[in-house]
Amino acid sequence: MKPILQDNPNSIEVQNLTKTYGQRKAINDLSFQIKRGEIVGFLGPNGAGKSTTLRILAGLIPATSGLATINNVPVSLFPQKIKHQLAFMPENNPLPEDLRVIEYLSHRARLKKIPSNEQKKRIEHVMDLCDLTRTAQKKLIKVLSKGYRQRVGIADALLSNPQILLMDEPTIGLDPHQLLTIRTLIKELQGQATIIISSHILPEIEASCNRVIIINQGIIVAQGTSQSLRKEFIPESAYKISVVADLSELEKFIKTLDPESKISKQHQSENIATLYFSSLFPDFNETLVQEIQKKSSWKLREVVRCEPTLEDIFLFATKPSWKTLYTNS
Amino acid sequence: MKQFFNLFRYEMRTLLFSPASYITATLFLALMALIYLLIIENYNHSPHQTLPSTEFFRLFWIPVFFIVPLLTMKSFAEENRLGTLETLLTTPVTPIAVVLGKFLSIYIFYIAMWCITLFYPLIIEYLLPHKSISHSLISSASIIGGFAFIALSGTLYISIGLFTSSLTRSQLVAGMFSFTLLFIALVGGRILLDSSFIENNLMKSLNIPIDYLQTFQHLEDFTLGIIDTRAFFFYLGNSALILGLTSLIIEYKA
Repeated sequence: MKPILQDNPNSIEVQNLTKTYGQRKAINDLSFQIKRGEIVGFLGPNGAGKSTTLRILAGLIPATSGLATINNVPVSLFPQKIKHQLAFMPENNPLPEDLRVIEYLSHRARLKKIPSNEQKKRIEHVMDLCDLTRTAQKKLIKVLSKGYRQRVGIADALLSNPQILLMDEPTIGLDPHQLLTIRTLIKELQGQATIIISSHILPEIEASCNRVIIINQGIIVAQGTSQSLRKEFIPESAYKISVVADLSELEKFIKTLDPESKISKQHQSENIATLYFSSLFPDFNETLVQEIQKKSSWKLREVVRCEPTLEDIFLFATKPSWKTLYTNS
Repeated sequence: MKQFFNLFRYEMRTLLFSPASYITATLFLALMALIYLLIIENYNHSPHQTLPSTEFFRLFWIPVFFIVPLLTMKSFAEENRLGTLETLLTTPVTPIAVVLGKFLSIYIFYIAMWCITLFYPLIIEYLLPHKSISHSLISSASIIGGFAFIALSGTLYISIGLFTSSLTRSQLVAGMFSFTLLFIALVGGRILLDSSFIENNLMKSLNIPIDYLQTFQHLEDFTLGIIDTRAFFFYLGNSALILGLTSLIIEYKA
């Protein structure tokens, strides 16, 4: 194991973390670092080990082996100390039913040891941020909708102005307006707090996070920016081209320009031929436009370069492979 | 310490705002009033050597069997079911502070309910103002001794209730398990002492420790004004042990 340096730029450091439940390894030899102020998306299919990792980082459960440190403090040795610096919003956001929103936040503010002269100000601030002031603040939590309950959970997580924020599926049940607000809020926190967001809503992760860690069957299968992951997992670009021409001639034309290209779908409607294909050439659409313009009988209708989404990368990276199956057996 | 008081305040508030607490208290007070009335009625027909209050405290086990499970079964089982225990433990609070906060709030409620029963002899005295019965009804030695025992034994019974509640997500299972353990704690010693296998030579050495577990013997001593420190060690020591176990369980289950 590497020694932990005092001037460590990493806010969260995980080294060879393993957690077993009986014979099953929930996470297996997980290692990653997160820099101070970074926003990281934690992705993975159900049962991949995301929540287990977050719960270990929050000091709720101990790891079987390995080391997790928060601001250079080992979580397993000083769980109470790290809880002062960290806020964790658990999956499903459990809340007591019989309290009003404002009462719940006041109780949480006291538990989080926010100085009593700041409590009121902080509560009002987070309620404004999460749009709870107008309608929900005096309502009992049990009568709130799923979206409002999520907002209460997010407000609670932000209450102590934490240095580290761990959020397990925070945006479930939020309407598009609220999603936008939370996305802006997370963006505003960039640089001030280190944030890990575990989510299944992949566009949300792509919009909010600097970096993505994809975990599958307890091991990290990919990590990096969306751009670097695209290059790593789906190096070829996908294209759609529509031309007023014969389909077979268009197919031949594409194959002449790039013999390695792979055609996935094609159709001819009246005189318009449409082809979907992939190519390893990075800017193949520009070449296509130039070459088609040379053909006087053809009329170009559409050339689209389709960027692989994070969803494509996620599906590709979390495909069960012999490697992952072998590692977990 | 501050965290403990925050949790205690929250738990006390939850208990006082819950209709279930008032239903439990009403049931308890109605039952104890009936018991007290039957005792007075009985004393009206035939002479007795013991005081009515001594007789009243001898029947303390009847409410304990249902009041303690009713008060404690929700505490951790409900939090386990909703998952709020996990949310609570994400803040800088220790599991022992959580357990002690719940324990103290329920304990105060339990003692407060018993304190209300103090009004029963006062009501009888008010209705039947006669000097000769006044002394028998309000015997300070018997009442102080009886209440000291209720307060002391209550720590153990409530600890047992909290312990069983921490083991499960179901309030019903917690209640039933609590009832079973309370039964063992209350009458287990006597059953063991009365059983035939204790007469076996090998088991005879166990006679003294088992005799020491006799809850009803402790009660007799207290109502006679004998304050035995062994009973303090027994109840407070076991309560501390069970509360410690409970905090380990909730830490493990979080």
